[in-house]
Amino acid sequence: MSGYAADVAALARKDLLLELRSRDTLPAMLLFVVSALTVFHFALPAGSSARAETGLLWIAIVFTALLGLGRAFSAEREQGALDGLVLAPCDRSVIWLGKTIGVTAFLVLAELVALPAFALFFHPLSWELLAAVALADVGIAAIGTLLAAMAAASRARELILPLMFLPLVIPVVIGGVGASVAANAGSFLGFLGLYDAVFAILCWASFEYVVTE
Amino acid sequence: MIRARDLSKRFGDKRVLDGLDLEVPRGGFVLVTGPNGSGKTTLLRLCAGLAAPTDGELAVDAPREAIGFLGHESLLYRELTALENLDLYGRLYRLPERRERSGAMLERFGLWRARNERAGTFSRGMLQRLALCRTFLHDPDLLLLDEPFDGLDAEGADLLYQELAERAACTALVATHDPDALAQRATSRLALA
Repeated sequence: MSGYAADVAALARKDLLLELRSRDTLPAMLLFVVSALTVFHFALPAGSSARAETGLLWIAIVFTALLGLGRAFSAEREQGALDGLVLAPCDRSVIWLGKTIGVTAFLVLAELVALPAFALFFHPLSWELLAAVALADVGIAAIGTLLAAMAAASRARELILPLMFLPLVIPVVIGGVGASVAANAGSFLGFLGLYDAVFAILCWASFEYVVTE
Repeated sequence: MIRARDLSKRFGDKRVLDGLDLEVPRGGFVLVTGPNGSGKTTLLRLCAGLAAPTDGELAVDAPREAIGFLGHESLLYRELTALENLDLYGRLYRLPERRERSGAMLERFGLWRARNERAGTFSRGMLQRLALCRTFLHDPDLLLLDEPFDGLDAEGADLLYQELAERAACTALVATHDPDALAQRATSRLALA
């Protein structure tokens, strides 16, 4: 394994280990997403369209991700560990990539519960929906991790993160709902793939400037 | 090794450092003193590259892997054990035989028996010892130490004196409220107002 990949793996493993020990983030994400889908199930009138149901799933996914992202850098904030990582002589983008992998893993774990719950409450899952969720996870984690790092340096982080994150993931919701219900799902999946590629490259390249003053 | 000319740092309207000139030659050991809010920590953070000056010039002739930074916070993960914390930093600094070095540092600072305990369970003094282990782990050439004796008991302070004595070739900038503790080692003093 190259030095870069080994650094990324070490940081991602560290995040998973921290969560395994503290259990701060994942239980909250699971509880939130299941609660949200349960509320939607009872709130939505019978005979609602698949588009409406799928839209609510995407809202639940986005806000679940937001919940996880709010805590993404909490361990680094506690004892200033982000300074320690920034001082290390490795490429600073490994901090973003390692954290993005961790955030993606938590999101996927939350969806492993959320998607069966959605199928139970609303309608069966299609392969287009699963593909859209997988692509959206990458984009959400990529942009969300960068914004979480920016917000972590701010005093009003709880306010700033949603304000920056939600407008930037509107395309993910549009692509996700489109891929799930439209006839031309391939176009929407392509759009999500393009979104992932563009934002992953932008975030990877700009992270150094975010964590250094 | 460190040269600052007319160095200034502002946070909003507050000017923390104002037109500071500083020259620290290789091997120099400078004690930085001054009251709270005089800019000691800010100066160390600027030298470490953790903050950028508002005005003036700052040149630090040391790559990141040659800097050992000890801040107010430990820069450690509370949910990782002492050994896991050092192992993570050892990996990021690409240290050969990092596990052996981590173990040796823990032994040197009297933390070997607590190596498998989480940093979050440590007392203030133990956490400072672990932070010192992290600071010295990669044998840095430039030491930037902010109140290094903070929280240490007499034994911990002795261990730190010993460590600094063995690193006589290092360049150091040490912010302290107790300059007498390191007066013999210091080559100069910088008093910030």
